[in-house]
Amino acid sequence: MNKLLEGKIAPVVVVVSVLIAIWYCFTVYLNTPWQLDRYEKAGTDWTYSQLITDTMKQDRPVLPAVHQVVVEIWQTTVNKNITSKRSLIYHGWITLSATLLGFLFGTILGITLAVLIVHNKALDKSLMPWIITSQTIPILAIAPMVIVVLNAIGVSGLLPKALISTYLSFFPIAVGMVKGLRSPDQQQLDLMHTYNASAAQTFWKLRWPNSVPFLFTSMKVAVAISLVGAIVGELPTGAIAGLGARLLAGSYYGQTIQIWSALISAAVLAAVLVMLVGVANNVVLKRMGMSQ
Amino acid sequence: MKFGTMSSLQKVLALIAIGASLAALLSPLAMIGETTVSTLSHPIAMTFALAGLATIIRFKLKFSIAFDGIMSVLGIWGIMVILNGIDKASFGFWMLLVAAWAFGWLYIERLSNVTGLNVFLTRLIGLITPVFFGIWILVLWEAITRGANVPFVLLPPPSMVWVKITTSLSILWADFQQTILKAVLSGYVMGCGSAFLAAIAIDRSPFLQRGLLPVGNFVAALPIVGMAPIMVMWFGFDWESKAAVIVIMTFFPMLVNTLTGLTVATNMQQDLMRTYAAGYWQTLFKLRLPVAAPFIFNALKINSTLALIGGIVAEFFGTPTVGMGFRISTEVGRMNIDMVWAEIAMAALAGSTFYGIIALTERAVTFWHPSIRAG
Repeated sequence: MNKLLEGKIAPVVVVVSVLIAIWYCFTVYLNTPWQLDRYEKAGTDWTYSQLITDTMKQDRPVLPAVHQVVVEIWQTTVNKNITSKRSLIYHGWITLSATLLGFLFGTILGITLAVLIVHNKALDKSLMPWIITSQTIPILAIAPMVIVVLNAIGVSGLLPKALISTYLSFFPIAVGMVKGLRSPDQQQLDLMHTYNASAAQTFWKLRWPNSVPFLFTSMKVAVAISLVGAIVGELPTGAIAGLGARLLAGSYYGQTIQIWSALISAAVLAAVLVMLVGVANNVVLKRMGMSQ
Repeated sequence: MKFGTMSSLQKVLALIAIGASLAALLSPLAMIGETTVSTLSHPIAMTFALAGLATIIRFKLKFSIAFDGIMSVLGIWGIMVILNGIDKASFGFWMLLVAAWAFGWLYIERLSNVTGLNVFLTRLIGLITPVFFGIWILVLWEAITRGANVPFVLLPPPSMVWVKITTSLSILWADFQQTILKAVLSGYVMGCGSAFLAAIAIDRSPFLQRGLLPVGNFVAALPIVGMAPIMVMWFGFDWESKAAVIVIMTFFPMLVNTLTGLTVATNMQQDLMRTYAAGYWQTLFKLRLPVAAPFIFNALKINSTLALIGGIVAEFFGTPTVGMGFRISTEVGRMNIDMVWAEIAMAALAGSTFYGIIALTERAVTFWHPSIRAG
């Protein structure tokens, strides 16, 4: 028992169950006014236990109960055909494909920039401050414009969303990789120098292997942020498809359960993506003999 | 100062500059109506191109670094003058642009390779280089959009955006007040403040700490912006709902970072405080919070961007008819792209200022930290 308390699992389980309990309390509290109003109009008598169960059964609650969201997710994933417009898997896949494409572009762009910055002093001095400034610009705010403008010149679908994800995800990769490519210390660089290694050889045999742990750490941040970009990128397209579109449609029609189920599935998607990067990290580092 | 000899990259850039200057002199510059004009009819551009061609002697003589900078500025000047009088740019114009760009790059390249300077000059160069680079981005943007007649909806030239900014200051100010001053700042202060207090409270219980750190890390990676429609439903259209989104977005990064920061103080340091008979609060304020400061400031910096994003995106889901997010989404619909860019410029300025203030405060507070002492 003591061992269980010292580990991470027990505290996490306790914290999560407390959060769920708080959620249920809020569900009852926030949905009560509407329910009371309902009773009054219908003229029915009510007891507290009845009130509590009824607050968790509303069609458009202010805050849906956890099990309502779970049921909705179950119905829109397992019980729906994947090609159906009401299937969350269909919407999730659309968001996921934009996320992955943007993440791929962002990773390539980030690594390229980092390599250039590490090898050229002028670029380091002129580009690096602007890369940092670029992230203080709330790009998500520009997302609708990028989407609409690209739409106007005939580029639509996956690419515009992926571009927003790219913009968001290149930054952590570039910054992390600059750090990683610079992580070999002077002794190691000097050793390469005594071997008469060229810049390319130093890069492939010293800098690149040294930067791999940094790459994976930044990829974890980048993939999560890339998903956010794809979701926000879907908002201005007029709610056609994707998790972002589900959010928007839900907010138009007051379908809170739909909003929450889209949110939770986005959360699960983010968790899975981050986990996958983590697994890839472990496998690669193990094969390179770098795992602790 | 040591200049050194020209590196191979510098040689390539110098050759590009010379070749492009020659091409600009020989090929048609631009179209005015149906007639073609040549570089020779524009005195500034002609001076620039001839001087550029003459730099072929640099392979024999040593040129001062400032010369390349002056050449680049002269080129920019010539390009701007030409842009005001033409309908469409031809090959010569683009060659002029390439030559001026090559001189600019050469300038930066040589400037950043100068060694053996004192601290002040190093800092000055560290400031000049990015500013010069930024100016060049604007020049390229202006020259390409106007020279190639890029459709206005696609990308308006910066000069047009600037005109829009100066003519609609009152609208921009109203939006700024609504979004930044009301929503973002209040949400940021509430979110970061409550997370900070929560972290100090949780820190006393190792059990809660172990449970909340993984959960907090998980939540910090979630697309919380998606909560925006729900918050708009709960708190109404005005700034309160935006502040609520920002509170949720900023809470977890701050919580996780503060908790991590509070674990940084080593046992040795804590023991020292104990030998001084320092109580919990004294240890907290004199030892643990100061060493946690780099982590806390890290969260404050991340949150400054998150707060702006949250405030603007939440406005897409419903606002009173004022606010930066509202303006962006409605003006995009009307294809008033210059107004959108004006808002973006303001958002960028506000974001950078916000970030800059926090970064400066960090330097003042954590002056002892190695990363700041070094630079």
